[in-house]
Amino acid sequence: MSMLAVRDLEVRYGGILAVKGVSLHVDEGELVCLIGANGAGKSSTLRALSGLAENAKGGVIYQERDIAARPAFERARAGLALVPEGRGIFAQLSVDENLLMGAYMRRDSGINADRDDVFALFPRLRERRSQTGGTLSGGEQQMLALGRALMSRPKLLMLDEPSMGLAPLVVRRIFEVIRDINARGVTVLLVEQNAKAALELATRAYVMESGRITLEGEARALLNDPKVREAYLGESVAP
Amino acid sequence: MDIFIQQLVNGITLGAVYAVVALGYTMVYGIIQLINFAHGELVMIGAMVAFTLIGLLTSLGVPGLPAVVLATLCAMLVCALLGYAMERMAYRPLRGAPRLAPLISAIGVSIILQHLALLVWSRNPLAFPQVVKTESYALGGAAVTNIQIGILAISIFMMGGLAWLVYRTRLGTAMRATSQNPQMAALLGVDANRVIAVTFIIGAALAAVAGVMVGSYYGIAQYTMGSALGLKAFCAAVLGGIGNIPGAMLGGILLGVVEALGAGYIGDLTDNVFGSNYQDVFAFLVLIVVLVFRPSGLLGERIGDRA
Repeated sequence: MSMLAVRDLEVRYGGILAVKGVSLHVDEGELVCLIGANGAGKSSTLRALSGLAENAKGGVIYQERDIAARPAFERARAGLALVPEGRGIFAQLSVDENLLMGAYMRRDSGINADRDDVFALFPRLRERRSQTGGTLSGGEQQMLALGRALMSRPKLLMLDEPSMGLAPLVVRRIFEVIRDINARGVTVLLVEQNAKAALELATRAYVMESGRITLEGEARALLNDPKVREAYLGESVAP
Repeated sequence: MDIFIQQLVNGITLGAVYAVVALGYTMVYGIIQLINFAHGELVMIGAMVAFTLIGLLTSLGVPGLPAVVLATLCAMLVCALLGYAMERMAYRPLRGAPRLAPLISAIGVSIILQHLALLVWSRNPLAFPQVVKTESYALGGAAVTNIQIGILAISIFMMGGLAWLVYRTRLGTAMRATSQNPQMAALLGVDANRVIAVTFIIGAALAAVAGVMVGSYYGIAQYTMGSALGLKAFCAAVLGGIGNIPGAMLGGILLGVVEALGAGYIGDLTDNVFGSNYQDVFAFLVLIVVLVFRPSGLLGERIGDRA
């Protein structure tokens, strides 16, 4: 079943067309990644899907409903979560409060149990639960951002460069958790510059270049594609 | 020494009222970076509505204290509606416009409210109906009235209630989150427009109570009372660090105390060249001195620390 279907998405930033007619789809339960160089339009795409881009055109069908005209907070309430580039931690709110903000739109009684789950996933966050978000290291902030997104019980989780600026060990942990989240039934759309790690994790992938999708397919197949290997995995392919 | 204690008591009482008004400025600024210059007028409208109703109720035979409480609650309701209306009509359409536009709009709202009050109540001051008898108690050589004690108690109660709301509830957490990073708050399902509207409503209700308090302290209310009071409360908010809630409380009390002590001693200090009518000078002097050394206010964050 289709979770998300995007048709001819265009995003304009200032006078520049950053996303030039992107079409992609994510099925329920999939882990799809979107890779590409810096400035290819990956972040703009995610921002438009979550409702943050002001000048976006095109069709966004989420769970069989056209949400292209809905404001960001309504999309979030429908289960579409984005962990944005830079993580968006509330610097003056405590770790606990950041997590509770993740559950802002929930009314059920499972919030505390879910917070304990996040603490089990990232024990560091439990140790720092009363510290403010701004005092955390980059890796801890990424854990918090991920944990906060989980607190909303998303149906589709979109992650923008979760590995950016983090130590390799932390990156490995974050990717493990993303795999875990997906295994629990959350559909994931992952944007990454770390193409190798993303392709190894994903079921399907799209490659984006200057605002357009240039390649798509099974992640495994793309991992062995000479063009992808040369452009994104830093390998020179013998002729 | 007696003068000192007396002025301290007066200053704390008045400062508590400044603090309550300053909270309205600082909450709105914290969430949408707008200085709501019409906030002082809400204080005035609150006082006028309450004074009128107290007069009406007591003439109907309602006893003093219940009349005051009922009238204050009505004034809070009227001001809350006004606060909501001004946000909806004067500020929300300008969200995303250059920062100067909503500021001008705020000044416009202020003028409209003042003249509306002039039409309704005329330019003659309303006298506070003497429904609660003023009693005086001795405190270490100074006199404290029951009105002062009431003002202080209500102010502390309201500041405590607001602190609880902002720091301990889901709504308050959402307010702080929206003020720090509105886009991220939206991504978590927070409807910023609703949070902003609630902020205006709370600030306006506080202003109404402040209006009743300051009116009963001076014994009169007039359509012009909002601007001077609003300006001082705004100074108090800046003094504490605009956008910072404990800062507004601290700034308000500090301003009240400095002003009262200044008024009490200026005659002695200047050999009676200047009298206590120069008390406002002290408030603004302190503001200038603090801003020279701490441009972001006493408890304000340094600019650029915003996440």
